[in-house]
Amino acid sequence: MRQDPIMQSALRLGDDALILGQRLSEWCGHAPTIEVDLSLANLGLDLIGQAMHFLGLAGDIEGQGRDADTLAFFRTDLDFTNCLLVEQPNGDFAQTMTRQWLYSTYQQLLFEAMAGVEDARFAEVADKALKEVRYHAELSADWVIRLGDGTDVSHQKMVDALGWLWRFVPELFQMDELDSLAVEAGVGVDKAALRPAYDAAINAVFEEAKLTRPDDQRTLTGGRHGHHSEHLGHLLATMQHIPRSHPDARW
Amino acid sequence: MRGGEAATLEAVLQSVEDPEIPVVSVVELGIVRGLDAGQVTITPTYTGCPATAVIEANIREALDQAGFEDIQIKTVLSPAWSTDDITDAGRQKLKAYGIAPPPKGAKAASLCNKSVAECPHCGSINTREISRFGSTPCKALWQCNSCHEPFDRFKCH
Ligand SMILES: [Zn+2]
Repeated sequence: MRQDPIMQSALRLGDDALILGQRLSEWCGHAPTIEVDLSLANLGLDLIGQAMHFLGLAGDIEGQGRDADTLAFFRTDLDFTNCLLVEQPNGDFAQTMTRQWLYSTYQQLLFEAMAGVEDARFAEVADKALKEVRYHAELSADWVIRLGDGTDVSHQKMVDALGWLWRFVPELFQMDELDSLAVEAGVGVDKAALRPAYDAAINAVFEEAKLTRPDDQRTLTGGRHGHHSEHLGHLLATMQHIPRSHPDARW
Repeated sequence: MRGGEAATLEAVLQSVEDPEIPVVSVVELGIVRGLDAGQVTITPTYTGCPATAVIEANIREALDQAGFEDIQIKTVLSPAWSTDDITDAGRQKLKAYGIAPPPKGAKAASLCNKSVAECPHCGSINTREISRFGSTPCKALWQCNSCHEPFDRFKCH
């Protein structure tokens, strides 16, 4: 069946936010300090709020009666369209903060551009969420600098985190046919065009953090088409367990 | 809508408190965007604010109790809510409650949280940010260097 690019665009945006939000919620009660615990929980909450808007929109466009909760809890990993970066495990605190920084820096640029698209349903959510995403990008960049320019141990942990996560960055900027159709339809933006601004932003942080930009590795991709790492299945099992066991449960 | 009815409606909405900061009403927080043509327009503060659904339910309940069952509630996202939408009365109440109100002009300077916050307890401006994220999405955690009391600060948004 031919996919509707507008519905799929909303789904991709919603899935990124949902999966990263769920990942961050895993830190609840485990972060190194209470302030960090609150920060990560708040970031997760913002992202789940975005997911509710975008998945709700995807369901409305599809018109088959699926709402945000149905899309979140009753799809399998093959139907999820999030990028591979956001499903990567939390690892240690350095890996969580690196993942956040790599994603939020991208998401800020994406939403800045998307706030100007023709379709108000997309532009309004992007514009609304942008203020929150700027906090995420700033907070995570602060930690990348603090850890990178910290002790020998914290620096090494940042190097290790980047060494793993860097391979997932190119996928963020990939444009497939569906993305191009979304641009034509006035709901999407040319993600590839965001890369120079992204590089400028992260290179500035690398410098301040006394970190070397990693060499480009063999890119891992496929998340947008449902080809995920095994990590997503485990995340979904935890996230979907209750609604699937008790599909009629109500608050 | 007749003038008297509009005034009553506004009074009903003024009676609806924010579930997380019960000293301020949904009107004072700028959540209520307008009342016209048989509907109340509201806007969420934060994208992921868990209070949003509760606020809408509380408004519905207050409207029903006051006999406004036929008034619809419409939620809009644009223009995005800003802390500039908090009324002066709302700011005074936040301060009296121990929450430093956000400075005005947040729209112009999207990240103005590095500016000075006045301690709501002793009035000192010798204060510092402890955590950018606090007990709810809308608050940051600060501490006063003069009286040493911690306090919440409403984040610029
Ligand atoms: Zn004080």
